[in-house]
Amino acid sequence: MRRETKIGLYIFLAPVLMWLLLLIVVPHIDLFIMSLRGEDDLGEAIWTLDNYHSFFSERIYWLTFARTATYALLVTLLTFLITFPVAFYITKVVHRRYSAFLTILLLMPFWVSELVRVYGWMILLRESGVINHLLLGMGLLEQPVELLYNDVSMVMGLVYTSMLFMAVPLISSLEGMDDNLIEAAHDLGASKLTIFLRIVIPYAAPGITSGAIVVFMLTLGNYLTPNLMGGKNSLWFTEQIYNQFIASFNWNQGAAFGFLLLLLSSLIIWAGLRLSRQDLGRALT
Amino acid sequence: MIRTLPGSRGYMLGYRVYIALFYLFLFAPLAITCILAFNDSNFPSLPWKGFTLEWFTADTLERVGIFHDQNNLKSIWVSFQTAFFVSLLSLLVGTMGAFLFEQEQFRFKQGLYFLALTPLVIPGVILGISLLLAANSAGLFVEERLGIDLALLRPSFWLVVLGQFSFITTFVLLVVSARLRKFDPTLEEAALNLGASRLDVIRLIVIPFLKPALIGAGAVAFLMSFENFNTTLFLVGSDTTLPINLYLQVRDGSTPVINAISFLLIVGTSLLAVTNLLLSGQTTKA
Repeated sequence: MRRETKIGLYIFLAPVLMWLLLLIVVPHIDLFIMSLRGEDDLGEAIWTLDNYHSFFSERIYWLTFARTATYALLVTLLTFLITFPVAFYITKVVHRRYSAFLTILLLMPFWVSELVRVYGWMILLRESGVINHLLLGMGLLEQPVELLYNDVSMVMGLVYTSMLFMAVPLISSLEGMDDNLIEAAHDLGASKLTIFLRIVIPYAAPGITSGAIVVFMLTLGNYLTPNLMGGKNSLWFTEQIYNQFIASFNWNQGAAFGFLLLLLSSLIIWAGLRLSRQDLGRALT
Repeated sequence: MIRTLPGSRGYMLGYRVYIALFYLFLFAPLAITCILAFNDSNFPSLPWKGFTLEWFTADTLERVGIFHDQNNLKSIWVSFQTAFFVSLLSLLVGTMGAFLFEQEQFRFKQGLYFLALTPLVIPGVILGISLLLAANSAGLFVEERLGIDLALLRPSFWLVVLGQFSFITTFVLLVVSARLRKFDPTLEEAALNLGASRLDVIRLIVIPFLKPALIGAGAVAFLMSFENFNTTLFLVGSDTTLPINLYLQVRDGSTPVINAISFLLIVGTSLLAVTNLLLSGQTTKA
């Protein structure tokens, strides 16, 4: 009996260890090692900090990095502001009969590939797009205007792509909230604002953290949306990584960029978890 | 402001308008993509020039519908194969992981569990490049030491499968663990007392209990793989998957064939989503 459980343990442990070691741990160690490698003047492979040095000395690199981080924070904030009223409406305001229906409706678009969603926005927004056509038809515009390929359209696209990952944790944390808490506060004379700030928001805090972490991470690592909706000057950091790998074939430089992005995303996630006193397991489930 | 405490009329009206606008925002790009798949025009834009099915069925010099578009059909087939192997592998390893973390006790369990969760918080692009680097290093090593050129370790179909598997497994692990936590251990004890082996218990009692979670996780794993872009981008070889192939076309200008493919994808995923919801009875798992 005892012996049998021991064998069971190894049967389960072996594939899990293989997966985590070979596909997660070793590749990331390799990423770090590659970021510290380079060539000296004679073309010999050496250990060097050059790849990190050029990140800090070239303005364009660290500016793009800072820009990406700032925009990712902005996207996280906007996503929260837009989806919170919807999550509250679905869980607390609308008749219970419609809650499930509205939730499913909310999830539907996100089953569809991100590429299809971005493409939909492109044919809506571009100069020859549907919105321009409608505005011209209504006489609100004289000339077509390019609505795509700027920072606003890029941020909007990123918010659109992220909404699900904020809405689902918000809905599940608000679902667990007892309506009596709000009623009691109301009976005691609290204003709407007070109820939101002092009761609803603190109650939903775990959901907000989970949502914010996932949205931030996905936005930071997004390549598709900034690349297609932000146009030539979108300057998203993942594009710098892609350029180093695929265009310039400078894998060492690309590895350094990748490692810096990983560091930033881990740091922000760690800070988010610390601030809300959660652990990773609870935030993800 | 909540069901039992109605707000003022203006407040409620404003709230409803906001919700309506939100859902409009949510569905506008998908609806317009679908509508323009049937427009008899050479560009995916208005004005409306009449209804046509040519972007699906045509096979002429000017227009090639999706059903005759060899390039896109091939990438759809590649995506299907990729998704099939990824969901199979991740279901297998993810379920073993769920058993490992829910039912076994061993040293460093907490640490390993933490490690198993990290793939979900590593940006997909980073996963892609690390795996590309590691596969390349391993490939060089094998070539130098053993003189064998392993195609698996260069950007290829199987490297894409491995890359997607590396993070989709975590997702399966979470879904299956959640279900396994609800399993009543007395069922297992009863079976063991009655002389069943551990394997019998898993095969005859635990797996049937896990079935809804396995179906749900399998469907989502399939979709995640079918639609993955970020990780795949760096690992893809000559067998381009559908998202990569579509990206290349969208970047260099677009034709309504892309709308036709999008339409099929939207219909297909919606059907899968609804079936999955009906089968598993869960609404809040993304």
